[in-house]
Amino acid sequence: MSEPRLVEVRRNVLKQNDIIARGLREQFREAGVFVVSLVSSPGSGKTTFLEKTLTLLQPKYRVAALVGDLATENDAVRLARSKAPVRQITTGTLCHLEAAMVQNALEGWKMRDLDFLFIENVGNLVCPSSYDLGENLRLVLMSVTEGEDKPLKYPTIFNSADVAVISKNELAAAVEFDWEVARKSIESVRPGMRIFRLSAKTGEGMQEYLDFLSQQLLEQRAVAHH
Amino acid sequence: MHELSIAMGIVEAATDEAQRRGVQVAAVHLRLGALSGVVKDALLFSYEVACQDTPLAGSRLIVEDIPVTIFCPECKEMRVLGSLQSFACPECGAPTMDIRQGKELEVFALEVQE
Repeated sequence: MSEPRLVEVRRNVLKQNDIIARGLREQFREAGVFVVSLVSSPGSGKTTFLEKTLTLLQPKYRVAALVGDLATENDAVRLARSKAPVRQITTGTLCHLEAAMVQNALEGWKMRDLDFLFIENVGNLVCPSSYDLGENLRLVLMSVTEGEDKPLKYPTIFNSADVAVISKNELAAAVEFDWEVARKSIESVRPGMRIFRLSAKTGEGMQEYLDFLSQQLLEQRAVAHH
Repeated sequence: MHELSIAMGIVEAATDEAQRRGVQVAAVHLRLGALSGVVKDALLFSYEVACQDTPLAGSRLIVEDIPVTIFCPECKEMRVLGSLQSFACPECGAPTMDIRQGKELEVFALEVQE
């Protein structure tokens, strides 16, 4: 047997996922649907937040959601109360969504009939960061009960996100949440990121965030048509 | 933990490259960015598991850690970040998202035998 030698191959391990994600993004752009993915810890109130988002957008927009969950269909059942079309992606033991799972879950849905599509990732602040899902906007959600330094503990996912939402603001006083410390933590790991502070429960701060989404949709369509 | 699926992706990519070249793989050289979202120790452990019953069984995974490099908008220089907790120039402190390196998850080379 000859001596070992080194052969350069330069191959992206997530190439397959990235190719599918690019295809999805192109499909979304053509259809004029704005796609938001949500990442957060378990228990941060992601499903309540999404239910509220779907409900409040509906008078004006056509919305739908995909929800990733490890084993149950509870989230999909809760979200169905918003009357928006919802599909569950049960990931089994997998801790994150991949582009192919999104692609399969969209089978049969007409993207042209939608304005917004939300993709709720599995509750996990580590694994989802590596996978592009073809989304236009990645939203990272943390609640005031999780502590101001959460972004410093999970810098990779916060850095990969486009906007941050700090939820459960109705509990901020009770847990002595220090907004300025949290804002600095986010700014440190993801400079310039837009932050929304709100309460899905009371509705406080929701309008500013919904206006932002409307604006994003307009901008995406403006770009798509030029 | 998603390192097992990443490890399986590495094995798949390396197997494919090796078969096309008709070679045996002794080691896989991986470039792993600090922002890749992959934990090195978990990946090394998963690699052994992922190699089982594949042509790569018994091969080694050699990981090259790639730190995050940013381009500082003030200094107009490439700078290596000391920590993922601060996306700012380590020299002048200017915050930036102009990331030039550190997201790699790439099978860079194979150590092969004909």
